[in-house]
Amino acid sequence: MSAGAYVEVEDLRRVFDVSKPWLNRVIERAPRQTLKAVDGVGFTIRRGETFALVGESGSGKSTVARMVVGLLPPSAGEVRIADISMTDPRQAAARRRLRARIQMIFQDPYASMNPRWRVGAIIAEPIRAFNLIQGEAAIRERVGELLRLVGLHPDDARKYPHEFSGGQRQRVAIARALASQAEFLVGDEPTSALDVSVQAQILNLMRDLQDRLGLTYLFISHNLAVVRHMATRIGVMYLGRLVEVGDKATIFGRPRHPYTRMLLDAVPDLAHIGRARTPVSGEIPNPIDPPSGCTFNPRCPHANNRCRAEVPKLIDGVACHAVEEGRLGA
Amino acid sequence: MSDTVLSVRDLRVVFETRRGTLTAIDGVSFDIARGEILGVVGESGAGKSVTGSAVIGLIDPPGRIAGGEIRLRGERIDNLTPEKMRRVRGRRIGMIFQDPLTSLDPLYRVGEQIVETIRTHTDLSAKAARARAIDLLTEVGIPAPERRIDGYPHEFSGGMRQRVVIALALAAEPELIIADEPTTALDVSVQAQVITLLKRLCRERGTAVMLVTHDMGVIAEAADRVAVMYSGRVAEIGPVESVVRAPHHPYARGLMGAIPTLSDTAERLTQIPGAMPRLTAIPPGCAFNPRCPNVFGRCRAERPEPLPVDRTRVACHLYDERGEAA
Ligand SMILES: Nc1ncnc2c1ncn2[C@@H]1O[C@H](COP(=O)(O)OP(=O)(O)OP(=O)(O)O)[C@@H](O)[C@H]1O
Ligand SMILES: Nc1ncnc2c1ncn2[C@@H]1O[C@H](COP(=O)(O)OP(=O)(O)OP(=O)(O)O)[C@@H](O)[C@H]1O
Ligand code: SF4
Ligand SMILES: [Mg+2]
Ligand SMILES: [Mg+2]
Repeated sequence: MSAGAYVEVEDLRRVFDVSKPWLNRVIERAPRQTLKAVDGVGFTIRRGETFALVGESGSGKSTVARMVVGLLPPSAGEVRIADISMTDPRQAAARRRLRARIQMIFQDPYASMNPRWRVGAIIAEPIRAFNLIQGEAAIRERVGELLRLVGLHPDDARKYPHEFSGGQRQRVAIARALASQAEFLVGDEPTSALDVSVQAQILNLMRDLQDRLGLTYLFISHNLAVVRHMATRIGVMYLGRLVEVGDKATIFGRPRHPYTRMLLDAVPDLAHIGRARTPVSGEIPNPIDPPSGCTFNPRCPHANNRCRAEVPKLIDGVACHAVEEGRLGA
Repeated sequence: MSDTVLSVRDLRVVFETRRGTLTAIDGVSFDIARGEILGVVGESGAGKSVTGSAVIGLIDPPGRIAGGEIRLRGERIDNLTPEKMRRVRGRRIGMIFQDPLTSLDPLYRVGEQIVETIRTHTDLSAKAARARAIDLLTEVGIPAPERRIDGYPHEFSGGMRQRVVIALALAAEPELIIADEPTTALDVSVQAQVITLLKRLCRERGTAVMLVTHDMGVIAEAADRVAVMYSGRVAEIGPVESVVRAPHHPYARGLMGAIPTLSDTAERLTQIPGAMPRLTAIPPGCAFNPRCPNVFGRCRAERPEPLPVDRTRVACHLYDERGEAA
C-alpha cells in the first residue's frame, strides 16, 4: 500500500444492465444494453484528508461511493480501506470488523431513517449492530454524548425524525455515522438538500469533527464552491471516468482538463456579479451510447481525430490528449 | 408613465388552516422595471414562491391574498375575476417553473403547445404561428428546430426541455416573466446556458423578470436588483452589488457569509444559529430577532419597516431614522 494511503481505489468499474425486459427485446429485436456507470476509476485518500468527487449529474459519483463503502459490488477493480480489501472473499472477517468504521451520509437523511424509531434508537442502531457498548444505560449515555457532539440536546433522543428540520436530521445522521466509532465517512451530497445557512452549519460541523476526531472523508457534491471549501484533494468525473485529480490549489488555481476548466467557468459565483459566464456548448451525452475516444470530445474546443478515437489515460493527474501533447497552454 | 412593469405593495397572503390563519406573506413591496431582472432569494419557506404565485394569480384556497395591491403597468391585477386573470396570465405574464414537465403536456408535441399558446393570444394563422414557434425555438437555442418542433417533451433532455418552457413562456410576448427556480434541476453547464439565455431575452425584449432562486451565484450573475426574503417579509432590497457585496441587514449579512464561494479562503463559514421560524411561531417584532447577532430591546417588540439605507431598503432597527449602522 502506498505510503499514507488509507483508501485505495484501483481501476474500479461498474456496468449496469439497462436492457428492456426480455419480452420487449424479443418483440422489438432490441439488443441487450449496458451502461458503464463507472469506467476505470482510481484514486487514493490519505488518512485525515477530504477527498472530493465532483461532476455533473450522472457522472458516476454515487456509484463510486456505493462501491467504496461496499453497498454495491464492482464489476471489476479493487477497493482497499486500511489495507483490507472490500472485494476479496478471503478477507470477509476483517471486512466485517472494518464495516463499523465506515459510514455513509446521504443527501436525504430522512430516507435513511426509520420514521417509527425514536432518534435515540436510530443513533444507537450501529452501536447495537456491532455490539460496541454493553448495557442500556451506557448506550443511552453514549447517544447523549453523540447528540451533544453534533450540536443537538441529549433529550432529542426521545423525538421522532419528523420532529426535526432538515438540517437537524442531517445532524442526527452524522451522529449515527459517528456512533460506530467511524473513522471514514462518505458523504453523498450531504448538504445539497439544505438551505445555505443550514449547509454552513453542517459543513462547519463536519470540519470540526474531522479536526477533533481525525476523520477521513470522501465528499461528494456537484457544488464546486462547497467542494472548494471542504476538500484537500479533488477528483473530477465525467461520464464514469476520472478526468482530472489534484490538490485543491491545482484544481481551482490551474485546472488543466478542458472539462474542469469548462465546469469552473460555468459555476455561478457570488464573486462574479454581472459577469457573463463562458457559454458552454452541448450537454452530457447519453451514457448508454457514449462518444468514442475521449467522451468529452463532442463538447471540447480542443478535440482532434485522436480524441475521437483513443481513450486518454490519466497521466500525471489529467486524462486529456491535448494536455499530454502540450497543445493546451498551462 | 414610468418604466415600472410590476408593482407590489404591502402584499399579504394568508392560509386558513385548522390551527388558524397563517400569514405567509406579510407586507411585501417591490417593483420591477422594464428589462430588469429582480432576484428573489431567501431560505426555504421564506415566501418566494407564494409571492410569485400571488403575482400570477395562482394562490389557491385555503390560501388567499388578504391585503395589498399588485399592479401590472399600473393596472390592478390582484382583484381580477379568475377568467380575466387567466387571460393576463399567459398573455401578459409568462411562467417558468423548476420542473419543465409541469409546464409541458407530455401527450402533445412541443410545437403544438407553443402554437396553441401563440394562437390563443394573437390573431396569427396556424401556419404563421408554426413559423413563429420555430423562430422561438431557434431563439432559445434548440438545434434543428424545424425537426424538433414535432418532438414530444420526453424526447428532450432536461436542459432542452427548460428551453422549450422558456420558448413557451415567451410565445405570447409577455411583459413580465415569473421564473421560480428555473435552473435548480439543471446541471451547472446547462444552467449557465439557460441563465445566459434568460438574460439576453430580457435585455433584447425588455421583458421584466422575477427570478426566484436559492442560488445566490445565479442571482449575482443574472439579477439587476435583489430582494432578500425572510419569514414572509423583505429584509433587504437593492442593487445586486450592494446587497451581495455589502449587505446591511444582519440576516442578509449572515446569508452572504454562509455561502462558500470559489474565491473564499475562510476556514469557517458564517453560521446563523437556529432556523427560520415556522409560520405558526413567528416571533413578535423583527422576525429575525431570535437568530440575530445584533438584537436589542426594540427588535423584540416593534416590527422594523423597510427604510432607505444607502442604495438599498432595509427592514432593521439598526438603521432607523437616524440612518446609521451600529
Ligand atoms: N441501479 C442502476 N441501474 C441502472 N443505471 C444506473 C443505476 N445506478 C446508476 N445508474 C446510472 O449510472 C450513471 C451514474 O449514476 P450516479 O448515480 O453514480 O451518478 P452521480 O454522479 O451520482 O449523479 P447525481 O449527481 O445525479 O447524483 C447514470 O447514468 C445513472 O443513470
Ligand atoms: N398551500 C399551503 N398551505 C399552507 N401553507 C402554505 C401553503 N403553501 C405555502 N405555504 C407556506 O407558506 C410559506 C412560504 O412558502 P413558499 O413556498 O413561498 O416558500 P419558498 O420561499 O418558495 O421556499 P422554497 O425555497 O422551499 O421553495 C411556507 O411556510 C409554506 O409552508
Ligand atoms: S431588527 Fe434587530 S433583530 Fe432584526 S435584524 Fe435588525 S438588529 Fe437583528
Ligand atoms: Mg449521486
Ligand atoms: Mg419555492
